[in-house]
Amino acid sequence: MEQKTKINAEEGKQELVITREFDLPLELLFKAHVEPDIVEQVMGTKVLKLESKKHGSYQYKTTDAQGNVLFQANGVIHEFTPNRKITRTFEMENAPFGVQLEIYEFEQLTDSTSKLHMHVIYESVALRDQVLKLPFAQGLNMAHNRIQEIGNKLK
Amino acid sequence: MKTRRDIFQAIADPTRRAILSLVALQALTPGAIADSFDSSRQTISKHIQILTECQLLKQEESGREIYYHFNPNKMKEIAEWLAPFAKMWDDRFNKLENIMKKYKSKK
Repeated sequence: MEQKTKINAEEGKQELVITREFDLPLELLFKAHVEPDIVEQVMGTKVLKLESKKHGSYQYKTTDAQGNVLFQANGVIHEFTPNRKITRTFEMENAPFGVQLEIYEFEQLTDSTSKLHMHVIYESVALRDQVLKLPFAQGLNMAHNRIQEIGNKLK
Repeated sequence: MKTRRDIFQAIADPTRRAILSLVALQALTPGAIADSFDSSRQTISKHIQILTECQLLKQEESGREIYYHFNPNKMKEIAEWLAPFAKMWDDRFNKLENIMKKYKSKK
């Protein structure tokens, strides 16, 4: 099946663009980025905090059955316009990837379809390329375990 | 072959990317490629050499002339490099779509 998600990562740039059309009305697509219980399901992580508003912040944490932390991330929300736009930072804790700026733009296509345009800016070209190679790397760190899990399911 | 360069280094240079776009449209002689740029023939020739080493360009002789062809199969390697990352997001978004479809029908 052809992938519906398009990634545009130009060589030598510290940003990337991810676009995806959804078979969902705009409101539901937006809701999936706002409601903590839905974010938990999509991201496969526990949402400790998610204040979906300007100046709000969020925290994600994933632990294994033994309580070891596999993934921990946080960020702050800079812009929050319902059904249109979210601008936020994202930082994976205890990982060497720095802070990334994420701009999510939500667009209505028809009554039942919508589109997400995601612009991600990294601290440097090298950091972006490292993140892109993440799914390739072996035993790198906690976040990687999660990515690997998803990867294995696809095989 | 001299120093082995990888494909990502090959496309990191804007002039080399421009050469690839030119040759992708039609096979060209080194002279015709050089004519499209302000740089010296020597500089362009060096770029062509690197692209050929990385197999992004293929040489073909036609009479007395050498023509350079674009090799799309090699270009696919670049797309494949991104594939695991793209798949990760595609999987995540597929999941989002499924969850929200159920959410919709629950209401």
